Formats: sequence, C-alpha cells, structure tokens
Amino acid sequence: MSPAFASLLVRDLKLAARSGGSAALALAFFALMATLVPLGVGADLRLLARVAAGVLWVGAVLAALLSLDRLYQGDFDDGSLDLIALSPLSLEQVALAKFLAHWLSTGLPLTLLSPLLALFFGLPGRGTAMLMLSLLIGTPAVSAVGAIGASLTLSLKRGGLILPLLILPLLVPVVIFGAGAVSAALDGLANGALGLLGAFSLAAVLLSPFVTAACVRLNLAG
Amino acid sequence: MFRYANPAQFMRLSGALLPWVSLFAVVALVSGTILGFRVPPDYQQGMTVTIMFVHVPAAIVAESAYALIAVASIFSLVWRHPLADTAARAAAPLGAVFTALGLITGSLWGRPMWGAYWVWDARLTSFLLLLFLYLGYIALWNAIEDETRAARAAAILALVGAVNLPIIKFSVDWWNTLHQGESILSGQIAPVFLWPLLTMALGYMLTFAALWMVRIRTEIVARRARSLMQRGEAA
Repeated sequence: MSPAFASLLVRDLKLAARSGGSAALALAFFALMATLVPLGVGADLRLLARVAAGVLWVGAVLAALLSLDRLYQGDFDDGSLDLIALSPLSLEQVALAKFLAHWLSTGLPLTLLSPLLALFFGLPGRGTAMLMLSLLIGTPAVSAVGAIGASLTLSLKRGGLILPLLILPLLVPVVIFGAGAVSAALDGLANGALGLLGAFSLAAVLLSPFVTAACVRLNLAG
Repeated sequence: MFRYANPAQFMRLSGALLPWVSLFAVVALVSGTILGFRVPPDYQQGMTVTIMFVHVPAAIVAESAYALIAVASIFSLVWRHPLADTAARAAAPLGAVFTALGLITGSLWGRPMWGAYWVWDARLTSFLLLLFLYLGYIALWNAIEDETRAARAAAILALVGAVNLPIIKFSVDWWNTLHQGESILSGQIAPVFLWPLLTMALGYMLTFAALWMVRIRTEIVARRARSLMQRGEAA
C-alpha cells in the first residue's frame, strides 16, 4: 500500500468517524429501523424470526446508502477532489481507497452490530452466524455499487435524493442472495446463495473502481 | 451508422420514413386487433387469452428499448456519436411507458387467471425493477444540467444497468417463479394465436419506431432553435 493510498484511506476514515459521524449515524439508523419493524408487524417472535433475515438485510443496505452521497460530493464541493486527482494516485486507486473507507466505516460496523439485532428478532444461532457471514460477504458489493452511484451524482446539489433510485434496483441480487443464504441455513438446505452472493460481490468490487473513476473523470473534465 | 450522425442527414431520412412507418404501424395495430378478436377461446384461459395480444408485444418492446439505449450509450461513450445521446434519451420515456403498459395489462390478466392483480412472481418482479431502472435513468438525465455531462453520466448508468440486468433477472428467477415459460420461439404456441400476436408485435414495434423518430426530430429542432436564440442574443 503506497503512502498516498494509505493517507487517503485514513483521511476518509477520519471524516467518517468525526464530522457528522456518518458511521455512527448508519448504525443508529440500522438499530432504529430494526426497532420499528416489530412495532409495525407485532411482537410474535416466531413471525419476527421468519422475517429477520430480510428485514436486517434491507436495513443494512438502506443504512449503507445514507452516507453515500457524501462519499464524493463533499470533496467535489470544497475542491479537494481536484487536489486528490492531482495526487500520484490514479483515479482508479482513489476510487478503491474511497470504497474501502466506506465499507470499513459502514459495512463492517453494520455486520458487527447485526448479531445483537438478530437477538431482538429471535433468530436462532445458525441463522445469526449465517446472517453475519452473508453481511460480511455482501456489504462490500453495496459499497462498490453505491460508489458508482455516488460518483455519478457528485456534482448534484441534491444527489442524495436521486441516489437510492439509481442504486437500489442494482442491489436486488445482493438482498435476494443475502437473505436467501440465511433462510437456507435456517431450513438446513444446501447453500448456493452464499456462493452467488460472493460472486456478485467480487465482480462488483473488481469493476466498481474503473466505472467510478470514469464518472469522476467526466465530472472533473467539464 | 456514421453517415447519419449529421443531424441534417437524419432529419432528411427520418422525414421521408416517418409517414410510412406511422401508416404501417396503424395498419398492423388495426389488423392485429381484428385478428385478435376472432381467435377461438383458449381451452384453459377462455377469452382472457386475448389480453396476451396487448401484453406480450408491450413486454417485448419494453425490453428491446432498454437494449437500444444500451447500444446507443456505447456509441455515445466510445465514438462520441452526436445523435446517439439524443436517441438514447428519446427512447427512455417510451420504454418506461411500454414497461408500465406490460405491467398493467399483465396485472389485468393475472386477476382472472392467478386470482390476484399482483403476485410476486419472478417475471413480474424483474419487470417492475426494469421500470425503476428506466425511472432512475430518466431522473439522472433531468438532474444534471450540463448536457454533455448528463449524457455521459446517463450512458455510464445505462451500461451498468445493462450489465446488471441479466444478473437481476437470474437472481429474481432463482427467488421465485410462477409465470409461464417462453412459448413463441420454442413453437409451443398454437398458430391461431401466433398470427394475431405477431401482427400486434409488429404494430407495437412500428409505433415505438415512429414515436422514437418524432422525439429525436423534436429534440434536434429544439436544439437548433436554442442555438438560434443564443446567436440572436449575442448579436
């Protein structure tokens, strides 16, 4: 890891931890959403255990979306994106660093919080372990696809509003395979979903920096 | 392809084609409707089978329109083809309307056949997602003011969506399937139903082509008017 890459990564992590605390906000959103669902659908633990995987997966995806609009927009608005583009890093490396920072500050904490929320939903141990594993494998895809959306909308004043419309349809496979892996584990079935989730995640992480860099380039060129 | 990159060339060609395409579209739609009402009732579906004649063509056009947008986006990104952006942008609302039409007609057919207006079947779900992809694409075009920037961003989004669409479709199929499988290409459909269906499909495609040309022509004329007005202000 080159020093420039490391310093960009550390800078973005510090921004996520400090100003506005987007990492902590995503966790709070996740926990609150998980609290609202039983209030809406009723306290029957058997019902909650059945919907837990889907609800927590949807919640994790939405929580990760919350901080996405700041991923590039803040740097674009104050001009630091121009300076970052002048750094020895290629824009693809910049995109990779920013993706990593986003995942480390949202996807990973959300994964670590999920067992506690699974407990609230009465999810059995097998299911909880699989939920954590599927979140660990799947949330990088959320950050990777999300980064594409963030870079597409970085010049927009209200990019945060249009971002979910662009990103959520593309994240359908993640939700299906992620929640599907947990259901399969609960029913004791052979688990193909986890492999498919991993494949989607790898492809998304591999391609995202190139697409994101292209979007940043077109926005800086104008 | 590139000979018609020049807007003036395109205006001349499309101006000559448009009346004929429109005429054939009307002929195909009218004769398809007449043929469609003369089919015998299906042994399982009764007369609701005729909904197929307005449903399947809408679905075919809706999917083809997204493919057209993706191809136009490649032309726009790789060769900077000046008409490709306009063509892609013009196709999007049409594609969205045909997608909605496919969903609505499918839902009207689903009520008597499946007992519900909406079921979370794989094909219905992926079609709903296609509608959202269209809406996102249109929203991105409208959100970015600078036109060349909007064109590039929309083209990238269309290509990301086109790469993702088969994966979405696969994942949704994996998730749930109730919709009947493909029956046209595999020859399982009875000829009495096939001919009205093909006529209607032709009518839908020609309608799409005619409206698409009108939209591209309108955009070219509007752009010309804008540049004339700017020149007028400058003088």
